[in-house]
Amino acid sequence: MSFLDIIQILDSTIRLATPLLLACLAGLFSERSGVVDIGLEGKMLVAAFFSAAVAAITGSVWIGLLAGIAAAVVFSLIHGLASITFRGDQLISGVAINFLAAGMTVLIAQDWFQQGSRTPALTGDARFGTIDLPFADALSGVPFLGPLYADALSGHTILVYVGFLAVPATWYVLFRTRFGLRLRAVGENPGAVDTAGVSVVRLRYAAVLICGLLTGLAGAYLATGLAAGFTKDMTAGRGFIALAALIFAKWRPWYALFACLLFGFLQAVSNRYSTLDLGIIEIPNAFVLALPYILTVVILAGFVGRAIPPRAGGQPYVKER
Amino acid sequence: MSLMTKFLTAAAATALSAGAALAEPGLIIDLGGKFDKSFNESAYTGAQRWVEETGGDYMETELASEAQREQTMRRMAERGANPVVVLGFANASTLEQVAPDYPDTNFVIVDAVVDQPNVQSIVFSEHQGSYLVGMMAAMASETGTVSFVGGMDVPLIRKFACGYAQGAKAVDEDIEVIANMTGTTPAAWNDPVKGGELTRSQIGQGSDVVFAAAGGTGVGVLQAAADEDIMAIGVDSNQNYMHPDTMLTSMVKRVDNAVYDAFTAADEGTFESGVEVKGLEDQGVGYAMDEYNESLVTDEMEAAVEEAKAGIISGEIEVHDYTADDSCPALSL
Repeated sequence: MSFLDIIQILDSTIRLATPLLLACLAGLFSERSGVVDIGLEGKMLVAAFFSAAVAAITGSVWIGLLAGIAAAVVFSLIHGLASITFRGDQLISGVAINFLAAGMTVLIAQDWFQQGSRTPALTGDARFGTIDLPFADALSGVPFLGPLYADALSGHTILVYVGFLAVPATWYVLFRTRFGLRLRAVGENPGAVDTAGVSVVRLRYAAVLICGLLTGLAGAYLATGLAAGFTKDMTAGRGFIALAALIFAKWRPWYALFACLLFGFLQAVSNRYSTLDLGIIEIPNAFVLALPYILTVVILAGFVGRAIPPRAGGQPYVKER
Repeated sequence: MSLMTKFLTAAAATALSAGAALAEPGLIIDLGGKFDKSFNESAYTGAQRWVEETGGDYMETELASEAQREQTMRRMAERGANPVVVLGFANASTLEQVAPDYPDTNFVIVDAVVDQPNVQSIVFSEHQGSYLVGMMAAMASETGTVSFVGGMDVPLIRKFACGYAQGAKAVDEDIEVIANMTGTTPAAWNDPVKGGELTRSQIGQGSDVVFAAAGGTGVGVLQAAADEDIMAIGVDSNQNYMHPDTMLTSMVKRVDNAVYDAFTAADEGTFESGVEVKGLEDQGVGYAMDEYNESLVTDEMEAAVEEAKAGIISGEIEVHDYTADDSCPALSL
């Protein structure tokens, strides 16, 4: 494994980790407020479709991005309506959203484009182009750090950088603002928040809306950044890996970043090497791919610290009368 | 009275023709979707050609999930479709069970062998076609590294990979062939993002020609190749038009002919059960040439490939078939 290989794997890691990271932060906001969300997958899918479809029709990726976010937000509101307003089972609502998204995207795609449930291939301005970070060229000559900066960190689409900036932003909002404090409180003890005269319903809706925004970005990145158009079921389980990452990260933003980078790294490694030769033993590819799930189970089983979910997670809040 | 007879005769004739029309052929489109620009789309094209030429009708359904195979096959047979054409190796075990229950219905399966008296099995010599595009890849490559992206890791896809590697090595013994599979579940046919990422990883390892045999995932492979400006080879249908300046060729597999022939045979009552192998000699597989790739394919390349094609048909060149003994001498998978 040469230095160049490592740079390329890191480059691939960043691309693969970004959709996971955005979805993971989305889940973080939602679950921190006490709304369990297994509908991340569906929201990403619907955002992927609408961003690609609208970008294909208008020719502008930015309008597509807005459409993708809007679609994910609408789905978030459906989840909110079912689980906050009507106090339904949050898991069932999440499953319903996944099914609705899987069926609806394919149906609308076929109706609009007649290309077998996919959008036309996006070209030019209908896709996110890569952007080079400042001084990438000038610094590429610097040994070690130069290529790392110029080839691995630079040259991604803007949504990648948005995703990475979302981590400190999430940390700041959750742990340094009044809104964040209340949001965390509402996921632990909504009764106390209510007693303090703050609306539980409004806080949870706010969290669910932020969740929609972030899953919208994740889906748009898949369809207009990584790929060039929507294809049926293109999220391929990334929403669920993001959920695993969220548990792995113990519902904290910086840990989420590292969890998603680790999961992305494992995917990149398994893409690169069909078997991983560690000198003494050879690890098969399938094992590397399964590692994120195995690690999550290990964490959940309490072997490596303890992952304690927000206490009020999954429970609808019923105001005492 | 005679008027009455006329009416009755007319009615009887209509009823009879309606009865004949009921025995329409049926086509079950497999997972991946009708317009996958590849395998299924090729079958659909064949069915459409039959409709255009004969004016006949056929029944068609599309599978939405793995679990629907048996149910869909049975429903198609019960609705009176004859023959019922199913696509893909994944149907083999289901058809093995379903076919004996409908002895009066003929079935055709593409890409797998099912040994039943009312089943015709059509298999293709993909290794031969892949050998030819492997040669073209090796001749077009400047870096001495070519690559392959497969969909789901199954023997059929390894057969493609193995033929491709043999072709490439026939041109240049020292050529490096990188092969990756997208996954081990049917979701591997529908993950263009991973397909693109695998392609970028292969480009990072020096590949400058990539062959995608991956259904819908292939769309992402071809897109990544176009983005990174390397050459790509499509599969099943002629995919050259998708990226005119970077598509070297496509390994076409005439599933359309197979479907067309099955439908025609049903019309003429010449259905034959058993195994039919379609290879280079009967145009079952081949490489695609059209206006989109003529600038990329040199005369020298075409001459070499034509020579090899003749060699394979005459038996002079033997291409190893992965599925024959589940191993590949040219490539470690």
